[in-house]
Amino acid sequence: MARKKPIQFVHNGSDKAVFVDEGENLLDVLRRGVGDLTPKYGCGQGTCGACTVIIDGAPRLACLTLAETIEGQSVETVAGLAGGQLSPVQEAFMAHFAAQCGYCTSGMLMSATALLRDNPRPTRDEVVEAISGNLCRCTGYEAIIAAVMTASGQQAA
Amino acid sequence: MPVSVQTFGTIAEANRALSAGRGAHYMGGGTTLMRAINEANPDVETLIRVTDPQLSQVRLEGSAVRIGAHVTMREIARSRELAFLAPVARVIGGPQVRSAATAAGNLFAEQPYGDFAGALLACGAQVELGDGRRTSVEDVLRSPPRSIVEAILVTPPADGLAFKKITRVKPKGVSLMSISAVVPRRGGRVDNPRIVFNGMADKPARSNGAERALAGHPLSAETIARAAAAAADGFTPRDDSHASGWYRREVAGVHLSRLLSELI
Repeated sequence: MARKKPIQFVHNGSDKAVFVDEGENLLDVLRRGVGDLTPKYGCGQGTCGACTVIIDGAPRLACLTLAETIEGQSVETVAGLAGGQLSPVQEAFMAHFAAQCGYCTSGMLMSATALLRDNPRPTRDEVVEAISGNLCRCTGYEAIIAAVMTASGQQAA
Repeated sequence: MPVSVQTFGTIAEANRALSAGRGAHYMGGGTTLMRAINEANPDVETLIRVTDPQLSQVRLEGSAVRIGAHVTMREIARSRELAFLAPVARVIGGPQVRSAATAAGNLFAEQPYGDFAGALLACGAQVELGDGRRTSVEDVLRSPPRSIVEAILVTPPADGLAFKKITRVKPKGVSLMSISAVVPRRGGRVDNPRIVFNGMADKPARSNGAERALAGHPLSAETIARAAAAAADGFTPRDDSHASGWYRREVAGVHLSRLLSELI
């Protein structure tokens, strides 16, 4: 039986203590260990961005993060965005119909959230850059960009 | 087969563990090794980690900037001391990769992911190894050391670093190639230029042809044309899903010419 290691971290503001396998990635720990299914498994290669989470303020790929390295850190996922009501970014995604199949949406939301915390009034180019690590196979990028601009209180066009 | 992870407080301890096994790999940001683990690559049996916070520091050391091995591309892109390398760090992967990928990790990245290493080579950067030795980026690229890298020392080039990454997909795409150029001028003539291509060989490499064409001449349209014509000399770039080797050889001079023309 593979050796398990105990880790503690903050998941969407709540303390979590879980056992992880050696070499296990954070995405598996969140989905199987914590039961948070909002980060998605896409490629497992760091290409698609579907598993994007925010770790200590920075956007990261959960599939490329060795779970035991997040000891003591803060991990945020889409499950923590809505506190009673949807966050402004989620509202804007709804208003702009920025989800088609929806598989990329949670990663897009986390990349957009990380951007707007860092840079509350980004230019359109900065929004494009911020979501450049997230693939949308439905190619619905324009609606997503418009939603992020609206969430920042700016004209979408 | 399960992967074993060994975590150490110091590089010295980690160096001993690294030399003990063939399947042991040092993990910095994990952007390459975690891919291998997710693919169940049997070559990765053991991950070696070091938690020393000094590895994440950027500090001045004389005229050089000392970049700890674990400093990320995101941190480099935001560092005042490393402003000359920010345009390079900003185009490594997407934002999520930049939050994890490290300066030292890029020295060992598979082609064509060595854009940052190419820029360090153009700047003539040095590498501090965990066993106390100091060597050049050139040597590390030519022959990967058995020791863990502790830091990179780089002096901002007095005449600046010119950089261009060529991709099919924008703003984030894999390099067809990138070019890093340091072109000092003394008395109106180019003196000791360093022109580095990433994506044209199995490691980032200097273009001897372009450097010879530039050295000792004024940086004019004619000189740039001669450098462009010689840019791909000695390179046999590989075919991959992004471009053929033939295509890379054909366009290397064109992109070098565009980059150097901005310096006139």
